[in-house]
Amino acid sequence: MDDIITLSYGSGGKKTSELIEDIIVPHLKNDELLKLNDGAVLKGFSKMVFSTDSFVVNPYFFSGGDIGKLSVCGTVNDICMCGGEPRYLSLSFIIEEGFKTKDFLKIIESIEKTAKECNVKVVTGDTKVVEKGKGDGIFINTSGIGILKYDFLGKDRMKDGDLVIVTGNIGEHGVAVMLEREQLITGVNLISDCMPLNILAKEILDFKEKIKIMRDPTRGGLATTLNEFVEGTDLGIELYEDRIPVSNEVNMACEILGIDPLYSANEGKIVAVVSSDIAEQLIEKLRKVKGGEKSAIIGKVTSNFKGRVTLKTEIGGTRILTKLTGMQLPRIC
Amino acid sequence: MLWDEFKKPKDIERILSIIRNYDKEIRIMEICGTHTVSIAKSGIKGILPENIKLISGPGCPVCVTPTERIDDILLLSKNKDVLIATYGDMVRVPGSIYGENLEKRKAQGFDVRIVYSPLDAVKIANNCKNKEVVFAGIGFETTAPSSAVAVEKAMNEGVKNFSVFSLHKKVEPVLRELINMNDFNINGFLCPGNVAVIIGEEGFRFLEREFKIPSVICGFEAGDIIYSIYRIIQMIENKVYKLENEYIRAVKPKGNEIAKNIMNKYFELCDDIWRGIGCIKNSGLKLKDEYSQYDSVKKFNLDLTLYKNNDFCSCGEVIKGKIEPRECKLFSSVCTIENPLGSCMVSSEGACAAAYKYFDLR
Repeated sequence: MDDIITLSYGSGGKKTSELIEDIIVPHLKNDELLKLNDGAVLKGFSKMVFSTDSFVVNPYFFSGGDIGKLSVCGTVNDICMCGGEPRYLSLSFIIEEGFKTKDFLKIIESIEKTAKECNVKVVTGDTKVVEKGKGDGIFINTSGIGILKYDFLGKDRMKDGDLVIVTGNIGEHGVAVMLEREQLITGVNLISDCMPLNILAKEILDFKEKIKIMRDPTRGGLATTLNEFVEGTDLGIELYEDRIPVSNEVNMACEILGIDPLYSANEGKIVAVVSSDIAEQLIEKLRKVKGGEKSAIIGKVTSNFKGRVTLKTEIGGTRILTKLTGMQLPRIC
Repeated sequence: MLWDEFKKPKDIERILSIIRNYDKEIRIMEICGTHTVSIAKSGIKGILPENIKLISGPGCPVCVTPTERIDDILLLSKNKDVLIATYGDMVRVPGSIYGENLEKRKAQGFDVRIVYSPLDAVKIANNCKNKEVVFAGIGFETTAPSSAVAVEKAMNEGVKNFSVFSLHKKVEPVLRELINMNDFNINGFLCPGNVAVIIGEEGFRFLEREFKIPSVICGFEAGDIIYSIYRIIQMIENKVYKLENEYIRAVKPKGNEIAKNIMNKYFELCDDIWRGIGCIKNSGLKLKDEYSQYDSVKKFNLDLTLYKNNDFCSCGEVIKGKIEPRECKLFSSVCTIENPLGSCMVSSEGACAAAYKYFDLR
């Protein structure tokens, strides 16, 4: 192997095989992948969840994760949020000529570790290399298939009095990547919350029909996701600013960057609307799970302000939280 | 006191109950865009009784920049040898042609970079010797000193391909202009704490000395603002019209001498045009003649005299505090954050953007 990836590694010839067989397969091997066919043959399920996501995060190594970990978590988490149990992933790379082979290996190792953690197999994939200047390091696409385990989730099941919960401090991924990229603030130790949500999701969904809807609030942040919950319904959501868990570091960095944690991306949090009678019990349970220690009830579903999300501010004011507008943090995932 | 505690000071309820029980009609202007956003974000307007009105003033730098200057920058950006560096707020500001802005220029392949400090623009100039780096410097006394520092750095390092397009303005002249208007009807000012960090309490002393308008130099947390409103009410009630400094944790009587000195070393006053207001004498900052090689206006021979007030929206009236954003006929119908027409909507600190994004539920 060369120490950088050149165009010929994407030629489809011998060097492409080298990349696949020397780097990818040893780390990700399983019965389906080892056949190295054009596609993988999988056992059928009665009801499936199918999801896809592309990853272009810049920088591709950041505090708390990297593009590899993110590319597994992203798709796995989407499947979990639909009530699915993730099983298989496809994995495709677009690599810019000149990419360091050791960085590629690091990314593959991270994919391996994350895939093991959430018990999914990478069963098919593709690798392309583009000329220098035509890409930016590395882009990844993953698609995933899961078995549908819980088919009752939907915003039509929310009702007045339900409670809104979140599984921990918000806004960490968006801010961590932003800081890493801009190198703006020193002395603030911020780590992306990037992690697979399969375990937390299972804990939540164990409450069966008491769970109304859940989502991982990635781009657009908590505020945007909650808006999607109430859009087109006769219900509104009222949040309490003082109950929303935000770390001091995120708060401080947001002040300096001029962004709002409510709109900053998360890659390891679930926000869910749940029946009020189990909310406390659920929070207790979630707080015992790794990554769920800061779980909290942050608001409630109301019949006021239908189709709107409102925020009761710490000083007692109320304001509307719209979907993310204007402000953008490009290429955070 | 921790930073967080300024958001919700312990005795805020007591102060709020006094404010809530106040029954006279008063109009308080928050001069600064950062205050506008903070007020909107914390829902302060919804807490105040109807008779206490908060009016946004001319303190959002993007909002007061005339469209013609944006056009100048857009024209410069089309020059393949030019690299435009500027603050993030500037990239989406539309010029006089609908849909034209720096963000679009970037997508078209022209070189536009967002920087957090003009020093980064000097760094870029150092790394891209084949480009003329133009830093579009915008802002009041808060950002003007850092533009001056950048010029000094470029001089010291012999960076010749760097220049500043100064859109910098001063706060005092526009306040005087507003106060001297016939229909001026503001009872108190919330003065921008960030500007005061530089120019000091003395920079706002004229409000007390010459005009006897109750004014408070104010920090940017909700608690700061509510306390300052309370102080203005107290001054009105006690008929003691003076300037107070609520933001003592950052603002000194004389301000930041170093920042003032470097600003005065490189910049001098010039007559300048304010969007919606027109030309105000000695209200702008331009680079002194001896630094003209760092002045984009001179370097590219730009003609800044043109100004036709042909804005189709009411940004000018909003900036002067004459109307509320909602009263502009384009607000939220044609002019939205997604498709802003006026500068007050495009700037994240603009009164219209704040009203659109965080509208209160009173």
